[in-house]
Amino acid sequence: MPIAKVDGVEVEFEAGMNVLQVCELAGKEIPRFCYHERLSIAGNCRMCLVEVKPGPPKPQASCALPAAEGQEIFTDTPMVKKARHGVMEFLLINHPLDCPICDQGGECDLQDQAMGYGRDDSRYALNKRAVEEKHMGPLIKTVMTRCIQCTRCVRFITEVAGVPDIGLISRGEDVEITTYLDKAVASELSANVIDLCPVGALTSKPYAFNARPWELKKTESVDVMDALGSAIRVDARGPAVLRVLPRINEAVNEEWISDKTRYAVDGLGRQRLDRPYVRENGKLKPATWAEALDVVAARIKATSPDRIGVIAGDLQDAESMKAALDLFGGLGVKSLDCRQDGMVLGDGQRESWLFNSSIQGIEDADFVLLVGSNPRLEAPVLNARLRKRWLAGALQVGVIGPQADLTYSYTHLGDGASALAGLAKSKSDFVTGLKAAKKPAIIVGAGALTRADSAAVLAAAAGVAKTFGMTWNVLHTAASRVGGLDLGFVPGEGGKTAGELVAKGGADLLVLLGADEIDLKQTDAFVVYLGTHGDAGAHRADVILPGAAYTEKNGLYVNTEGRVQMGFRAVFPKGEAREDWAILRALSERVGAKLPYDSLDELRGKLFAEHPSFGRIGYVAETPAAVDFAALGRKGDLSDTPLWSAVANFYLTNPIARASVTMAECAQTASGAAKIAAE
Amino acid sequence: MSVRRLSPNQPASFEFTPETLEKAKAWMANFPAGKQQSAVVPVLWLVQKQEGWVSEPAIRAVAELLGMPVIRVLEVVTFYTMFMLEPVGTHALVQVCGTTPCQVRGAEALMAVCKKKIGPQNHRSADGKFYWQEVECLGACSNAPMAAINDYYYEDLTPEGLEKLLDDFAAGKNPPPGSEIGRQNSAPAGGPTTLTDPKLYDGSLGKKIKIPNLPAKPTKEKA
Repeated sequence: MPIAKVDGVEVEFEAGMNVLQVCELAGKEIPRFCYHERLSIAGNCRMCLVEVKPGPPKPQASCALPAAEGQEIFTDTPMVKKARHGVMEFLLINHPLDCPICDQGGECDLQDQAMGYGRDDSRYALNKRAVEEKHMGPLIKTVMTRCIQCTRCVRFITEVAGVPDIGLISRGEDVEITTYLDKAVASELSANVIDLCPVGALTSKPYAFNARPWELKKTESVDVMDALGSAIRVDARGPAVLRVLPRINEAVNEEWISDKTRYAVDGLGRQRLDRPYVRENGKLKPATWAEALDVVAARIKATSPDRIGVIAGDLQDAESMKAALDLFGGLGVKSLDCRQDGMVLGDGQRESWLFNSSIQGIEDADFVLLVGSNPRLEAPVLNARLRKRWLAGALQVGVIGPQADLTYSYTHLGDGASALAGLAKSKSDFVTGLKAAKKPAIIVGAGALTRADSAAVLAAAAGVAKTFGMTWNVLHTAASRVGGLDLGFVPGEGGKTAGELVAKGGADLLVLLGADEIDLKQTDAFVVYLGTHGDAGAHRADVILPGAAYTEKNGLYVNTEGRVQMGFRAVFPKGEAREDWAILRALSERVGAKLPYDSLDELRGKLFAEHPSFGRIGYVAETPAAVDFAALGRKGDLSDTPLWSAVANFYLTNPIARASVTMAECAQTASGAAKIAAE
Repeated sequence: MSVRRLSPNQPASFEFTPETLEKAKAWMANFPAGKQQSAVVPVLWLVQKQEGWVSEPAIRAVAELLGMPVIRVLEVVTFYTMFMLEPVGTHALVQVCGTTPCQVRGAEALMAVCKKKIGPQNHRSADGKFYWQEVECLGACSNAPMAAINDYYYEDLTPEGLEKLLDDFAAGKNPPPGSEIGRQNSAPAGGPTTLTDPKLYDGSLGKKIKIPNLPAKPTKEKA
């Protein structure tokens, strides 16, 4: 590897690195505004100046200069310091001195670097420029006078998000960042520009003037809005979660998160169930925990186990599902289901329901076939990865199902699953390319697996995967799904599925663990709802047991690739609400089938012992076991009904998002439809 | 230069004329497949030729024609000051150079004429026939002061001369471009001052010289 000298110290670096990266290898911090590791290089802020020999006797922008063998780089000579002071003075000429009223204050790159390179006064006596405000949608607040034209937002939206909505118009002193005629940014990743903005030009609209960064308690946790389990940091003050920011996790979300992950959190403070309720004479009446648990326990005791059904929702942690499984399984209940959408996967091999390529590994795929999936809505961060791979020119995508704008080009092979059947015999260019592909992968969306003919679709997809040697990937949309399937939270011998349970006469007692996405209109059962929000499930419930949302409990979540991740409590559950597993534990005592654990640690101990896959936290198999394609699904007639994505409205997929005013605004902006009442 | 904004008054739609579209296609064909957006500046220029200015529907039409995001076209349109963002005069767009050489040679007097006859700069005249603006150096400094009217340069202007030019344009005439005082290109005003000896041009000063280092005449080599 080539060697360069940084301030007299020799550093070995990889060929292709730029001078800035080499300086970082040497432990030298280079100030920068426009440079960002994951974006193209612009070189327009000029803050990263260094002196380089051999080279012209002037400071050079280290981000835009390739490092070379034998280079001598100086990062703290008088020339460098003077140059950076000069750049900073120019940047501050037109930057307003409004830090006290700026939301970026305390986490502002310009503020921080001005401490190192700023003057104590200004030599600029003329008027500063002022820039008109811009509109960028319900998430991004703009104060464009503060903009220093680093163009990170333009590059992010164009390159990573693939929705070229933001641009830099005009020139010279008059340049402005804007969207075309103030339209809202139409990307599911749009709010990442807020993190990228090094100054306070783009700030968070829902979080505007809410808190200073140093007032917040930061908890590193995991997201549950989709099945990727993005790494997040939950910022809370007192009992309220004020915002969610991404953490860097190269294996999952790099450093992006979707707008839903970031902004659904205001739903954590609305429509919350903060005390138990029991329905009396058709009306829900507040009750004490003892009363509510007694009612439920009496019902459980009075009902035959084969008339009891348990359905787990999309946001459940593994521990609560384990507790439910232990409690109701112990009572002889067979009808347990974590698939409220009726997904056909769940028996057999673990790999059959995983995203086996792994999220990072999909970047090695050269052919991807999407079946009944719109990853842009189902997992925007994963879609950004596919786009990244496509931009590198190494990915061909085929789509069977909805024809949506995925931010990359693809070959549309058909609307319905019948297109799968003809694929093996087809002689189209796509199939020829697919045959020659080195690392083809199939991504089967939840939308393809929740239909009447899904068993046949699954069999056909498995057949295609087998024929072309594709890696088998299932893209789930529910954060709890893989955890539930790993636990075996599916109907046992003679048990009923979720769909059968909610049918008329399907069960006498229905226990819903945060299940809100299932149609409860037909059921005539006694419904016990354990959950967080006054959504569909609570609306129909006869007893409500208030549980903890994902920011209010420690819990394990398994993402779509089978990675077990730990979420941590940032705030306490609302009011009288309790952690879900503890509620089930308390209930078990009243039913007379006491669960053998008194703490979360004991519960986890049992979980890890019985399901070893949960013990490998943060782990995903590098070479997953081969999927037995023959065992997948059931051969049958494929209907011509078009496949659809499991996510119809990206912003409103779960009870937290549906309670969020911000998400309602986003959904309204996105659809232009009538205002959706969030209250 | 000031902040460039799209005009608040925009037409409802924009259509390429067949001729414009044909020329645009010719420009697009200059670039390899998939790189058609490289033709954005010439195509916008053709649009301006057709309409006199670049309207918002035209920006969208160009973006669609070239298969590029509309914000990218807006960036280009607002970057280059020669793209007019609002309707200009039906008879003449007068761009008076106000940079130093022209200024010291009397550009301010020309602008006073424009102000008097047309009105404030960057606005259409009341009758809609004219539009004038001060621009930066147009590169004809030796013939200062000058103005670009529509597609041509009018040089060595005097206030009276410009007034007459504007009257001519208003009357629908097309006055010939070039120097008002009739000099040839940027030759010295009042005719040449050097190389005036006619003998230079009749060949009488010509003298045969022997070029010292000519290669020797090739001699035929014998085999």
